[in-house]
Amino acid sequence: MATLIIAEHDNSILKPATLNTVAAAVAIGGDVALLVAGEGCQAVADQAAQVAGVSKVLLADNAAYGHQLAENVAPLVAELAKTAGFDYVLAPATTTGKNLLPRVAALLDVGQLSDIVAVESADTFKRPIYAGNAIATVKSLDAIKVITVRGTAFDPVAAEGGSASVEAVTAVHDAALSRFIGEEVAKSDRPELTSARVIISGGRGMGNGENFALLEKVADKLGAAVGASRAAVDAGFVPNDMQVGQTGKIVAPELYIAVGISGAIQHLAGMKDSKVIVAINKDEEAPIFQVADYGLVADLFEAVPELDSSL
Amino acid sequence: MSEAVNAAERESMEFDVVIVGAGPAGLSAAIRLMQQAQDAERELSVCVVEKGSEVGAHILSGAVIEPRALAELFPDWKERGAPLTTAVTEDQIYLLGDATSARRIPNALVPKTMHNQGNYVASLGNLCRWLAEQAEALGVEVFPGFAASEVLYHADGELKGSVKGIATGDMGIGHDGLPKDSYMPGMELHAKVTLFTEGCRGHLGKQLIEKFALDKDADPQHYGLGIKELWDIDPAKHQPGLVLHGSGWPLVGKGQEGTSGGFFLYHADNNQVVVGLIVDLNYSNPWLSPFDEFQRMKHHPLFAQYLEGGKRVSYGARAITKGGFNSLPKMTMPGALLLGCDAGTLNFSKIKGTHTAMKSGIVAAESVFAALDEHDSAGQDITAFTDAFKASWLYDELYRSRNFGPALHKFGTLMGGAFNFVDQNLCGGKIPVTLHDTRADYAQLTPAAQNQKIDYPKPDGKLSFDKLSSVFLSNANHEEDQPSHLQLKDASIPIGTNLPAWAEPAQRFCPAGVYEVVEEASGPRFQINAQNCVHCKTCDIKDPSQNITWVTPEGGGGPTYPNM
Amino acid sequence: MKIMVTVKRVLDYNVKVRVKADRSDVDLANVKMALNPFCEIAVEEAVRLREAGVATEVIVVSIGPKAVQEQIRTALALGADRGIHIETQSSPESLSVAKLLAKVVADEQPGLVILGKQAIDSDNNQTGQMLAALTGLSQGTFASEVKIEGDEALVTREVDGGLQTLGLKLPAIVTTDLRLNEPRYASLPNIMKAKKKPLEVKTPADLGVELRAHTELLSVEPPAERKGGIKVGSVAELVEKLKNEAKVI
Repeated sequence: MATLIIAEHDNSILKPATLNTVAAAVAIGGDVALLVAGEGCQAVADQAAQVAGVSKVLLADNAAYGHQLAENVAPLVAELAKTAGFDYVLAPATTTGKNLLPRVAALLDVGQLSDIVAVESADTFKRPIYAGNAIATVKSLDAIKVITVRGTAFDPVAAEGGSASVEAVTAVHDAALSRFIGEEVAKSDRPELTSARVIISGGRGMGNGENFALLEKVADKLGAAVGASRAAVDAGFVPNDMQVGQTGKIVAPELYIAVGISGAIQHLAGMKDSKVIVAINKDEEAPIFQVADYGLVADLFEAVPELDSSL
Repeated sequence: MSEAVNAAERESMEFDVVIVGAGPAGLSAAIRLMQQAQDAERELSVCVVEKGSEVGAHILSGAVIEPRALAELFPDWKERGAPLTTAVTEDQIYLLGDATSARRIPNALVPKTMHNQGNYVASLGNLCRWLAEQAEALGVEVFPGFAASEVLYHADGELKGSVKGIATGDMGIGHDGLPKDSYMPGMELHAKVTLFTEGCRGHLGKQLIEKFALDKDADPQHYGLGIKELWDIDPAKHQPGLVLHGSGWPLVGKGQEGTSGGFFLYHADNNQVVVGLIVDLNYSNPWLSPFDEFQRMKHHPLFAQYLEGGKRVSYGARAITKGGFNSLPKMTMPGALLLGCDAGTLNFSKIKGTHTAMKSGIVAAESVFAALDEHDSAGQDITAFTDAFKASWLYDELYRSRNFGPALHKFGTLMGGAFNFVDQNLCGGKIPVTLHDTRADYAQLTPAAQNQKIDYPKPDGKLSFDKLSSVFLSNANHEEDQPSHLQLKDASIPIGTNLPAWAEPAQRFCPAGVYEVVEEASGPRFQINAQNCVHCKTCDIKDPSQNITWVTPEGGGGPTYPNM
Repeated sequence: MKIMVTVKRVLDYNVKVRVKADRSDVDLANVKMALNPFCEIAVEEAVRLREAGVATEVIVVSIGPKAVQEQIRTALALGADRGIHIETQSSPESLSVAKLLAKVVADEQPGLVILGKQAIDSDNNQTGQMLAALTGLSQGTFASEVKIEGDEALVTREVDGGLQTLGLKLPAIVTTDLRLNEPRYASLPNIMKAKKKPLEVKTPADLGVELRAHTELLSVEPPAERKGGIKVGSVAELVEKLKNEAKVI
């Protein structure tokens, strides 16, 4: 068995999401190859060669792949999958992977399994449906299995320790269907709630809007987004676009810190898929502690400044 | 928001008949109107507006349904596939003594009206979905997601003051009252006749009753709050068609003086049961919480024997108009009729309102059709309906049970029950006295300081739950950025008056956690979580200061009940 | 230019999904179904382009049992001009959907196809990209802005960490993200008019497509309930655990 993984990168750095995807490939078993398709991306290939568990790196370095346009990269991947005999094609379930992989699957005349969270066997996987409110166990009936992988469900393999060979791929596919015009990197002062790696949210316990400054200080240190519960929004502390929950934003960061939030089910519905949940609340009985990995029963007005100074 | 500006912008549409609310009364009226039009080969335009996001989304009932009216509407209802499939197989009636004991009342001692042979355990929401399909097939325009927010009256001329139709609510108004990008002004729906079938405590019906003094010869209306859950249970414990009713605990004992109500548990199909509690809203102790009474009730072995190991699927609540015959207002006025639970046609001695609501719609449709056939004009006061109503089995049924509720209110569950046995079983409802209950429910609360505080047990998360996780299962949602649809006439009353006098009972009588008193550094603050509202109308009914007015939120908002 | 939009009938986003007791699938009996929110955004975008004079006609396509006609009518009430219903027993997989849509694209020759980026039931996020592959057209996924300039669609895409703008040769396939627009409400007169707009029904056989299964659904279960972890005694202990045990900071 052999798996081809589409490396996530920006032509200079291999993105960590790739390592989680390699972990999923390792769970499936067999040889793992990484495809680095880009322009001027030798450095990425060198990093990819170090990744534990990877036996081969394919480097397709051409102007046509510079911005990883799906119209150009998809035929390359489909061709490699067919000619080099890969049984699996995997990519991280990032916007890049989600954009590219279904196009590959259709070119191969196979279906795709999106966003898998567990490998049950060589052909059977678990994936969330209905925004994570149900988990489907799905068996692939296709010869080549095309899959995107949810990063938070697989612990990353080590970025170093491997020694894969790097092979150049010379095939050039330039469909000339689309062109890159520009990009605007989100202003880095604070990430968006829905894509943040860390979120710190405040509830009614914050007392007023000014006190959210306490959370912002911690957020600045952690590179976190600041959210709020509906109670905090309804009380007029903060604007509605900060709301996490059933009627607000659904988030799944690696770390979610709930401060002064009681944890009503309506809030949990928006953040229960977070990898690690921390709760800081002075009410020991608050339901948030039933879902928190780490709970701290404390007055937030003492605990949060202390957290700020200890980071 | 300036209504004058809106009125200028609004477009209008003309119909022969506009019906407000796609419940059993409204849909039955729509169907009967069209059936007559087809028989007479007459063009008739009938439109039904419904505030729920779909027909059935806001419908909540027990329900054990008597098919009498349905059979009048569609003699072949079975062949047509009406969703009444689980026939009642057994009636059991209990009196609960305390948290663990129950006494089964022998069938011979049960008021006849409580027997359910020939009836069906069903979802009224699903019956309404089916009725709406039948109505649409007959050519009725059914518009879910549109709330009738305003009654329109003819402004001048001969028809001045008569009902001209309704206006649907504006969509896309922000919480600040200003139009958003998505703003869409409401529509005026003009009709020769408008039928108001909003259900219990309809917000337009309330205005009509006042404007036309429809209740001037009636006793005050009385209400109950019904709270219901749908459960998946262990198939081994499931007995399709088994119907349990009863009263007693938890609405007895210290702190419960003057509280009455009753419970139900019905075994439907698909290994599901519905369980619920109706608390009469004339209770006096402001510490009482109908929601918490219901939650603790489920721990009684009578319920736990079925629910344990099961899973709660849905939750909802709805007020019930239960004053019956004595409280029934006049149902006609120029240009309009008030029908079903909007008027109060529920038969409380049977705890059934579906067949009576449907019948009121059918009788109204016949009177309206005849009236339009004679004078095809707007603004008529179709008083012929009153005569037709009096000649119908509906009137007879309501008359016979006129004493049932007042007896329970006056004499309590036990003695009132005995009276009802004598009245219903021995005298066929014709006992030669009429009991009256002349105090409005909201006026019954006595000061908090004079009452026993009730300590409710914490929910266990298996049989009993907190309010917010319950509301979650009602699928309630409202567009966040809109003005609150729960309006205070005077914003200072909750904290200034209600809190000191009655410990602000809205916190407890609301079964959806809409009202909270939040303690803040600056003192207590009254918080309205309008998004949680399941449109039960209890606040509009029970607020002792009559300070809360329930108005329609943006159409489509509210609960989305499945199979309720 | 014609614009083709696709719509899917899904469980209403306000309704809590419930797994059937036998774990075979989710329970959709008597629950409220609605137009997939991303598809609604697609319809709105197409109608806006027509209103702006960029497009001349908006065709709405849906695939599934007869009930999906309700969602086609909703799209027609929102402003689409005519509907095509491809009738199938159940809701086919993404690749099958893409194959059916590719045939409609070949028949109708739209200048732009707008789809929702994903359906909120299956959460696949595949159909638009697959359709682009099968038709050999350019793709602009997760769009937050669409402008037509000359023979190009300028599509701003929501990508991880920011926005990316691509120029797509027309005809192009675009999939919508949430911020592309805020859909309008359907008005009562438009709902009535929608009932009279043309709606054509086809079958996969009419389009010459044979539906094939690529996956098999073995079971569906509710997500594992989160369990409470540990209580820490101090901020210092919390920071230590987050650094060394959870490794998230």
